[in-house]
Amino acid sequence: MSFINYMAREINCKIVYYGPGLCGKTTNLQYIYERTNPSAKGKLISLATETERTLFFDFLPLNLGEIRGFKARFQLYTVPGQVFYDASRKLILKGVDGVVFVADSQYERTEANIESLENLRTNLSEQGYQLDKLPYVVQYNKRDLPNVADVAELRELLNPTNVPDFEGVARTGVGVFDTLKAVAKLVLTELRKGGGA
Amino acid sequence: MARDQQMVMYEEEFNQIQFVVDKLVKDANAKVVFIVDKNGQLIAASGDVENLDTTSLASLTAGNIAATGGMAKLLREDEFATQFHEGTKQNVHIQLVGNRVILVVIFDARSSLGLVRLRVKKASEELNRIFEALLKKVQEPGADTPFAEISDEDIDNLFND
Ligand SMILES: Nc1nc2c(ncn2[C@@H]2O[C@H](COP(=O)(O)OP(=O)(O)OP(=O)(O)O)[C@@H](O)[C@H]2O)c(=O)[nH]1
Ligand SMILES: [Mg+2]
Repeated sequence: MSFINYMAREINCKIVYYGPGLCGKTTNLQYIYERTNPSAKGKLISLATETERTLFFDFLPLNLGEIRGFKARFQLYTVPGQVFYDASRKLILKGVDGVVFVADSQYERTEANIESLENLRTNLSEQGYQLDKLPYVVQYNKRDLPNVADVAELRELLNPTNVPDFEGVARTGVGVFDTLKAVAKLVLTELRKGGGA
Repeated sequence: MARDQQMVMYEEEFNQIQFVVDKLVKDANAKVVFIVDKNGQLIAASGDVENLDTTSLASLTAGNIAATGGMAKLLREDEFATQFHEGTKQNVHIQLVGNRVILVVIFDARSSLGLVRLRVKKASEELNRIFEALLKKVQEPGADTPFAEISDEDIDNLFND
């Protein structure tokens, strides 16, 4: 949950990118990292396997500017999407303020998307969170590929509650910042309601 | 499982914490001492921190503690409260304090594990007291956020670059 530091006049918020293996979570963070002004970002840390699959998490700290005299600092994390890393995914969700669900738009990943979303709900509820009460957005990624499902179809399966959703091509950056801004706005709006507690 | 409580830091408690951390650097002959919350956010640091990426270190420390905590659970251990990493030039001592924050001491040959352990124990007790008082304060009604007044415009302004 957010950490309000009156001394440093900072507000820290944690955003987690979730989704099935290879859907493009790490690619989202890499693009954000590449396109962010050096003064507004820290190092991108990736704990990955030799084949560049996320093993534990990616981490990118961002300074989004000032709000009411407080520095708004966001810490972006990705989880490892591969099914057998579930224990790690649970750990990364601790203290989350906002979630981005990255879906892989390819037809053959439909099942994997659904499973991952269910897994997200389960892991959140184990920690006393409810997805529907959290700042939450969806990205339909890999729209550049030929074998993708219609957005309407994906929306019906993965976004029945109609949270903000975006089409993405994370590799070239399409939709990446729109997604980030949308979740950051929801997180800040939530803060207004009472500190995210 | 209940969600953790909202983390807040006020000037009064920050100064108390900073005092403990500054003192620990001296008493333990440490290079660097820092405190991180379990979610990876840096709370205070002292010592030779100029050339150190404390933000990254904070996140990795929290990940480390989270992973060992997960192991402990599987082994039906309460928690592994202490960790020690020995390098060729530097060593890292990590201590979980009050199951809430993490105290990290980086030291070299000018100090020793024995000394660090001893001083960390004392500092942990003090920190525990400070954080307990802090958490009580946060729970009090009326300890509300300065963000109640945020406007949509404020939020939009963040993204105007
Ligand atoms: N064509 C296409 N490829 C993409 C897109 N986004 C990511 N990729 C590729 O998909 C592969 C996997 O991307 P990652 O970002 O590593 O996936 P991930 O979700 O982090 O995967 P895990 O770490 O295993 O959970 C890489 O080869 C990316 O270049 C996209 O929008 N279009
Ligand atoms: Mg990844």
